[in-house]
Amino acid sequence: MIELVSASRCIKCNICVNICPTNVFDRVPDAPPAIARKSDCQTCFMCELYCPVDALYVAPETDLQTSVNEAELAQKGLLGSYRENIGWGLKRGSTAKNDQTFQILKQMR
Amino acid sequence: MLSKLTTDWEVDLETDVLVIGGGPAGTWAAWSAASRGARVVLVDKGYCGTTGCAAASGNGVWYVPPEPQAREAAMASRESLGGYLAHRQWMRRVLDQTYASVNLLAEWGYPFPTDDEGKPYRRSLQGPEYMKLMRRQIKRAGVKILDNSPALELLVDEAGVVAGATGVNRQTNNQWRVCSLAVVIATGGCAFLSKALGCNVLTGDGYLMAAEAGAEMSGMEFSNAYGISPAFSSVTKTLFYNWATFTYEDGTPIPGAGSQRGRSLIAKTLLEQPVYAIIDKAAEEMRSSMRLAQPNFFLPFDRAGIDPFTQRFPVTLRLEGTVRGTGGIRIIDETCATSVKGLYAAGDAATRELICGGFTGGGSHNAAWAISSGYWSGESAAEFAKTWGSKGNQRQVQGVGEAAFQPRSEHPHTLATDEVIQAVQAEVFPYDRNLFRTEQGLSDSLGRLDYLWQEVRDSQVENKQLIRAREAAAMVATARWMYNSALERKETRGMHKHQDYPQQDTNQQHHLISGGLDHVWVKSQPIENTEKTLVGVISNS
Repeated sequence: MIELVSASRCIKCNICVNICPTNVFDRVPDAPPAIARKSDCQTCFMCELYCPVDALYVAPETDLQTSVNEAELAQKGLLGSYRENIGWGLKRGSTAKNDQTFQILKQMR
Repeated sequence: MLSKLTTDWEVDLETDVLVIGGGPAGTWAAWSAASRGARVVLVDKGYCGTTGCAAASGNGVWYVPPEPQAREAAMASRESLGGYLAHRQWMRRVLDQTYASVNLLAEWGYPFPTDDEGKPYRRSLQGPEYMKLMRRQIKRAGVKILDNSPALELLVDEAGVVAGATGVNRQTNNQWRVCSLAVVIATGGCAFLSKALGCNVLTGDGYLMAAEAGAEMSGMEFSNAYGISPAFSSVTKTLFYNWATFTYEDGTPIPGAGSQRGRSLIAKTLLEQPVYAIIDKAAEEMRSSMRLAQPNFFLPFDRAGIDPFTQRFPVTLRLEGTVRGTGGIRIIDETCATSVKGLYAAGDAATRELICGGFTGGGSHNAAWAISSGYWSGESAAEFAKTWGSKGNQRQVQGVGEAAFQPRSEHPHTLATDEVIQAVQAEVFPYDRNLFRTEQGLSDSLGRLDYLWQEVRDSQVENKQLIRAREAAAMVATARWMYNSALERKETRGMHKHQDYPQQDTNQQHHLISGGLDHVWVKSQPIENTEKTLVGVISNS
């Protein structure tokens, strides 16, 4: 579930509010978005992918709330790690072109 | 009672084609209609680009070059798995259309990889990239998108022809109405809020709306797909479990357990005790290929500090219901028309039995179907819209939503929406109810589901609860079509496993059509009849 909107990183663009498929966030005037309906989070990681400043963290636990430590997440390189894997963001290229599904399906025969 | 109280709509639009749902099928439908000159509005419960299971997860595509041998093999490979309910004519045209449309994706700039022979490889789509591209493409084609705007009910004219929809923007609470000359439902299937990856926007809403307008369902017994995921996680991506060893808690392998044919054994074991997996059969060089193929498979592991190749982790099976099942709104001809005039269906909202019978192995066929049926439904909706001329938008229209809009009781009580949802989940999640079906179990569930439907129908809800209440109603309705159809199919075929009738019965090689809300009905339809119905119904006379 979504566990973190980093106040220090967030630029209040509210993209996450707009693109969350299950409407988890609410806009807050002059402040980062609020996680308003946390239990509706389906743990799809799309908000992280669309966040331009890696301010969000979705914990892998889908049914349980967990507590997270922003400094620790940053230090482990987990803030924005999915966006990096997908190759979205400035000076990156989509990793879809590196998709090696063909290698895997070859092994299945 | 949105339809009764509101006379002034905050958003009130008139268009040629309304597409409900913004996943692959909806965006292909919108593009197809718009590129034929139709004015198109697309409404989505979520955000077109991130909504639905494809955006969150990505998928393989049933993309086969037009070489006779390859095509023959592609068609033959699933016929027995699907219980011989698929239609070769439909398979052929879906293979043709998917090939052409996926090649269009390449022209539009989708970054397909090249294989080790240097050839473009187009059998797999990364979800976020694919759907970002589709959003950009339909905007370029002039489609007007209303995000965060679930449709709540269809509009029909005096003759019962579908003529638009109404809904609400879930962020502004603005109520919207779109009057249109044709409607495409592309709202996906129903996974009952199971949190399978990207599936929680898929609550059967389109089925409910279509049924209220008089549409029929087909293949609803094929509704018990479960995806493997780490027990703590939402990531139901099963491909890599081909290289997994499944074990009991003490590390002993579970005999016969596997991701494909051994999934039932995993379910049986999970009824009694935890099941663990380890992806230990993947060779070293495979592991980096896996990371490059499906980055999101590794996301939960990396974050939980687990190396899935060397460490065992607990797994579960999450219900994907009719999303990776094959049932949905019945298609009556090649135009992807439903049995209600003016209404078309595409993608997981529509039946996929036509190309894979009673079984899909995951995204592949469903992705091809979304692309093809999206393309055809958009095309035919645009053609149908043209036949109206100027009289089309002068029609008197009214909403046909009932559940949560118009309580049947004179003294309606407040709907306990969350309780209803939990009660439906208790009937459809358990493996010993939905995966391993028995006459007794199905009948018991239906007793409770019929009661729940009465609850829904005798209740009213506050406006702010309306979206969730409609979802709850749709889930109850879906479960009732599923289990009534499952009771009727007294055999084991495709993914429908009936414990009382464990064999496939050649006398039941037919489709099961279902429908109705207050009174659910099921009837069989011979396969030959569908084959004959191939003439398009593009007329409003």
